[in-house]
Amino acid sequence: MDEVDNVANFWERLKQGMARTRTGLGDRLRTLFTGREWHEDLWDELEEVLYEADLGSGTIEYLLGQLRKKVQQERPKTADQVLQQLFEVMVAELGEPRPALTLDPGGPWIWLMVGVNGTGKTTTAGKFAYLLQQQHKTVILGAADTFRAAAVEQLVEWGRRAGVEVVHQASGADPAAVAYDTLRAARARGVDLAIIDTAGRLQNKVNLMLELQKIRRVVEREYPGAPHEVWLVIDATTGQNGLSQARIFMDSVKVTGIVLTKLDGTAKGGIALSIYHELGIPIRYVGVGETAQDLLPFNPRDYVRAILGDDNEPSR
Amino acid sequence: MFENLTEKLQSTFKRLRNKGRLTEADVKEALRDVRLALLEADVNFKVVKDFLATVERDAVGQDILESLTPDQGVVRVVRDHLVALMGTTVERVKMSSNPPTVIYLVGLQGSGKTTSAAKLALMLHHQGRQPLLVAADIYRPAAVDQLVALGAQIDMPVVHQAGLDPVALAQLGLQKSRQLARDVVIVDTAGRLHVDEQLMAELQKMQGKVPAHETLLVVDAMTGQDAVRVATAFKELLPLTGVILTKLDGDTRGGAALSIRAVTQLPIKLVATGEKVDALEIFQPDRMASRILGMGDVLTLIEKAEQALDKDDTERLAGRMTSNSFNLEDFRSMLNQVKKLGPLSKVMEMLPGMGQLSKFKGQVDDSSLVRVEAILDSMTVKERLRPDIIDGSRRRRIAKGSGTSVQEVNRLLKQFQDMRKMMHQFKGPGGKRKLAKMPFPPPR
Repeated sequence: MDEVDNVANFWERLKQGMARTRTGLGDRLRTLFTGREWHEDLWDELEEVLYEADLGSGTIEYLLGQLRKKVQQERPKTADQVLQQLFEVMVAELGEPRPALTLDPGGPWIWLMVGVNGTGKTTTAGKFAYLLQQQHKTVILGAADTFRAAAVEQLVEWGRRAGVEVVHQASGADPAAVAYDTLRAARARGVDLAIIDTAGRLQNKVNLMLELQKIRRVVEREYPGAPHEVWLVIDATTGQNGLSQARIFMDSVKVTGIVLTKLDGTAKGGIALSIYHELGIPIRYVGVGETAQDLLPFNPRDYVRAILGDDNEPSR
Repeated sequence: MFENLTEKLQSTFKRLRNKGRLTEADVKEALRDVRLALLEADVNFKVVKDFLATVERDAVGQDILESLTPDQGVVRVVRDHLVALMGTTVERVKMSSNPPTVIYLVGLQGSGKTTSAAKLALMLHHQGRQPLLVAADIYRPAAVDQLVALGAQIDMPVVHQAGLDPVALAQLGLQKSRQLARDVVIVDTAGRLHVDEQLMAELQKMQGKVPAHETLLVVDAMTGQDAVRVATAFKELLPLTGVILTKLDGDTRGGAALSIRAVTQLPIKLVATGEKVDALEIFQPDRMASRILGMGDVLTLIEKAEQALDKDDTERLAGRMTSNSFNLEDFRSMLNQVKKLGPLSKVMEMLPGMGQLSKFKGQVDDSSLVRVEAILDSMTVKERLRPDIIDGSRRRRIAKGSGTSVQEVNRLLKQFQDMRKMMHQFKGPGGKRKLAKMPFPPPR
């Protein structure tokens, strides 16, 4: 898939989501700021928009602090200019756009999907498998969510759609054993990528986090250097609890990147920016719909545009 | 569940407590902290604004400023407003006088509709109803399988049929309920975005053919600011009657509960507090407000205790506890009683002041209880009745028998002695005064 297409696609999909809501957050901000002189009272409006996008107080204070410095230096006259400066502060905070989904040669690569319940781990695993299969990579899926009723069936269905083998055991089996089987199968078949889907678990459940660590240990033992990616799947509707999720999953299984799902609704997933700001875990993919094509590489400018409102400036 | 918010408010009010009298500036400062705490708890920005405006209006009143314990005054005002915000009465799932009662579960993807459907069926069954589940989520792969598996687990019939659309499935469910003489029909619908016009229209169509008595919005307790937009949009398009708040067993502060209630007026009827099928509870707004303010959820604990415990046993134990002859045998029956209340970490959460102890939470788990039990079981009856006779050689034997260490046995015996002392103190004069020193005034 072409990268430029992907980037355009991300923005298009977000815009569709925003167009469906008459009360887009950023849009209200636009109306308020357009053609106005900058006034100290408008700080409150900026703060409100950032809070309503779920950024959280620590990150908001930091961003507005950065903005204050800029405003003092550059003395902008209009509200639009200040908004533009905030846009730049936020984009700079997020760094470079992420590259499109590809797989380096020299596998097998081993990925783990982790996260709390209901964020879309299984769906994201299915999408990854589908997209890489389309690129003629050989992929194998491991159904290590042996707890939730029919989670295995759900992954098997994704495997069928993607034309990818799914390693699974009976419901209630030891997830670490499924992970082990998956790695054995990956080695035997010589695949490029093995994706191990794990059960959703709330990060404060000590025993379940220990179980996840055990899965990671099994992978480490079988393939030195693996897992190569540990994807923390975060639901864009998540509030400040997302920070706690990221912190504890990071401590337990060394997360390498975030997949921010369900961005096609009205939630802006601002917590992901806070996670990156506070813990340095990069946002790498976003989910903007239910089909496999709706998994896209993360683009900071589009993401910030979605938070602060449309027609901020041309995308590039 | 709200322990982090509790901690914040407690530290705010601790500062207030150190002062003699409150000035208007003090109240303002305290409320700034409350604002931050509420925002960090994901309470909606506008709700926080309105909330604080009314609290400030009432708190900077004369009666508070002139009261002898001004901090308690502020606490009371904040608490009263929280209770008012969350609704003052317990709202139950209503049953139709003309069965079957039709209940729809609706919400975003991943909020927990399917699991909640099974939990609700089991809860209603325990109340003497005969529920039937309808698997109307035909979009998510294996969603039907999930409900069928859950239905088998709780022994409830599940209506499903490949090839039927959700409207036809709802109709089939209603028809089957009559055939099978079931008096409640719970329709599990597919997760959908509130801005997805097509799928929202589908829900309206289903309810056009099979009207709902209850339409419950299932909301993830970890939801942030979006909770209000989601609830408002669903309420505009469907006759919502209430909310099920899920995943409350996480460490989320759950401000979404407050926001939804404040903005949509919808009552939160049920809360899901665990992955097991019986982990569904009636939402208690006043208790929740007390909990936010660190007053604990003692009422829930008492209610649980009444259900789980043997009354005669409890009374006998209570008598023994304050007597001088309280021994390890009594301690063991006490442990057994406590175990019936559920996982220890959950019991802890319900106790007042435990908010501050949340850092120990990971450690207070049931596996430590298992070790204590093993030690007690490795003692002879005589040793349990007369702990004084447990000397060095007996300790070594007990440690070996229980697979623990002498240090652990020592620790347990020490804890037991401390406990005995403490109970003795509560019995003596002034015991009541010690209890009165609890951080917050009891609810009115």
